[in-house]
Amino acid sequence: MSELNSALEHPTYNYKVVRQFTVMTVVWGIVGMLVGVLIAAQLAWPALNFDLPWLSFGRLRPLHTNAVIFAFGGCALFATSYYVVQRTCQVRLISDKLAAITFWGWQLVILSAAITLPLGITSGKEYAELQWPIDILITVVWVLYAIVFFGTIAKRKTGHIYVANWFYGAFIIAVAVLHIINSLAMPVAMDSFQAYSVYAGTVDAMVQWWYGHNAVGFFLTAGFLGMMYYFVPKQAERPVYSYRLSIVHFWALVAVYIWAGPHHLHYTALPDWAQSLGMVMSLILLAPSWGGMINGMMTLSGAWHKLRTDPILRFLVVSLSFYGMSTFEGPMMAIKTVNSLSHYTDWTIGHVHSGALGWVAMISIGAMYHLIPILFGRERMYSIELIYTHFWMSTIGTVLYITSMWVNGILQGLMWRAYNQDGTLTYSFVESVAASHPGYIVRVAGGAIFFFGMLVMAYNLYMTSRKDVELQAAPAVASAA
Amino acid sequence: MASFWSYWIIILTTVTIVGISWVLFANRKREQQPTDKTTGHEYDGIEELDNPLPAWWFYMFVISIVWGVGYLIVYPGMGNFAGAIGWTQVGQYEKEVAAADEKYREMRDRYLALPVEEIAGDPAVRKMGMRLFANNCSQCHGADAGGAYGFPNLSDDDWLYGGDPATIKATLQNGRQAAMPAWGSIIGDKGVADVVQYVLSLNGRDTDAGQVAAGETVFKTYCVACHGPDGHGNTAFGAPNLTNGIWLYGGSKEQLTQTIRAGRNGVMPAFKDSLSEDKIHILTAYVYGLSRK
Repeated sequence: MSELNSALEHPTYNYKVVRQFTVMTVVWGIVGMLVGVLIAAQLAWPALNFDLPWLSFGRLRPLHTNAVIFAFGGCALFATSYYVVQRTCQVRLISDKLAAITFWGWQLVILSAAITLPLGITSGKEYAELQWPIDILITVVWVLYAIVFFGTIAKRKTGHIYVANWFYGAFIIAVAVLHIINSLAMPVAMDSFQAYSVYAGTVDAMVQWWYGHNAVGFFLTAGFLGMMYYFVPKQAERPVYSYRLSIVHFWALVAVYIWAGPHHLHYTALPDWAQSLGMVMSLILLAPSWGGMINGMMTLSGAWHKLRTDPILRFLVVSLSFYGMSTFEGPMMAIKTVNSLSHYTDWTIGHVHSGALGWVAMISIGAMYHLIPILFGRERMYSIELIYTHFWMSTIGTVLYITSMWVNGILQGLMWRAYNQDGTLTYSFVESVAASHPGYIVRVAGGAIFFFGMLVMAYNLYMTSRKDVELQAAPAVASAA
Repeated sequence: MASFWSYWIIILTTVTIVGISWVLFANRKREQQPTDKTTGHEYDGIEELDNPLPAWWFYMFVISIVWGVGYLIVYPGMGNFAGAIGWTQVGQYEKEVAAADEKYREMRDRYLALPVEEIAGDPAVRKMGMRLFANNCSQCHGADAGGAYGFPNLSDDDWLYGGDPATIKATLQNGRQAAMPAWGSIIGDKGVADVVQYVLSLNGRDTDAGQVAAGETVFKTYCVACHGPDGHGNTAFGAPNLTNGIWLYGGSKEQLTQTIRAGRNGVMPAFKDSLSEDKIHILTAYVYGLSRK
């Protein structure tokens, strides 16, 4: 690889670390989604647990979420933020060495997760399952990441800071604060992975969901909006629609998201006032969220025809549509009355995946297809045809996934609250599980289609990276459209 | 909540809502027509247009803020301020439960007044009992009440604590704590093996005569207190009958050895706090009826 790398060095920018993170984005995407397909299949056919503790749903589910959020999503954010901050500030990263440490450090975090989670070593906090030694490693890597990112911004040759960097910056700062505060714990012993959270009871639950929802808000939204603000105008070759809109929705988004966590704890021991504030802020969040979608979509004004010939732009635009849809769905589900139906059902899982597959994964995939040829010194991807194939697999997979979970979620919510005329419950819990079975099978199919799309991408990446392989002829314009 | 924290919440909420409103209005542009004018910034070839906020989006934002403020006046949210209508989730719950009580009171009182034996065969009671059983009991005892490993079968005529209506009702209300002590350290491995042989002999199964004789001695010393001299058990302690071939934790030689050596702890939860009196009455009738079809 070293020969290859030196041949690909950019005279000004550090592309090596971007390339490393880009390749690992695809690798971890495949791993994380494969685990996702397996656990989805376990819910449809429980025998797939194989009676092995480290293959059981309870251990693999956190492995899946950590792998797709922090390994796949995290590498995509590292790759694109390092690329975008250099390109838009017109300077090299302040330190190649620190950047390399963040790459290897982050891979070490992921590897530790991949070992400890199947062994059942967990803090039990959703999306923050990793135990204290790994939490400390994450903190160190994250602080170095902040130093590299903000140090590069400080050295910029441009007057202003581009909007994409506002979002990346907010994401880096907020995730540091969230991670440290939620992970505060007292280890049982210095040679033990086990630790007890410093918070107790309802406070622990509230801190956890303050973290949990802002993992969505800052990791999976603000970070990826940063990605959107660079790759959409770049790929569409159009100016960003409205600078004003970006100012308003940026400040409103970061100010309001941080309040939304309590909607995960409606109708629980959380005091009424906290539930109400969480619900109100979640609803106010609709407009700031949509601001990003509008600014991305409207950037295509005058360039809509490019969707016919550019599958990468399709990934980016469809991801914005899913973003708009799930940020409408989220506030609706945060309303107490709706939540009393949707909470604890598969609807929540469907909502998460319309964001995770439709928005996060698809915008990342689009950005990666934009980046890969640049990073490997090729004119374009090896096969445009295969990007179309991947696009359709991703879209169909996502739609199957979320529609099956909508149906299951509403079905479960209605079955759980159905009463007979004599006041008894119409259904027992297990009857709702049995009724959900067809939906679980459709979900496996949707997830598997999305997963196989990632394999198509990996092949395309591999062929693009090989200097000795001729690029495939671009397809005739209208044929694939 | 201390008033400091109450004010803290009120101030933070107000600052957030006023702050985003200010950002929204400060960046509003009177000119509503989209333009081609850029801000003059350029980053890696990307320019930014100086377009106004889309009007529909602006009004949607304003409406959501106004609605939010309204909600915080009507409902609790601003620290200790209880909201104009005094809503609480506990209040809502109690209201819904009271409405249900009112609706079903007549039926409830009718069944409660009748003895269990009389209503056990009533089809309406059986149907209600089946739904209650499915949601509260079937997780352990099975949808058909046939029991499972460690959970007794409720559809046969064998009872650990007794199958008369009053006992079934007491079991449902207060639960049961069954404790078979661990005898391994007291009677030793040989003692355990001998008693197993004796217990097997009570069921007419193949045994080693010498061990049975030794086991009988041990049984008469240690086991008799609960299981009785003939091994028929005692419903006062929930000590099972050891002679009828019904085994809660399995009847194989290995399983019996484990039971005697390490003991067993059975738990039936108490339902008097989670199910109302009438529901327990109906469940009693349902369970009572299961073994008297």
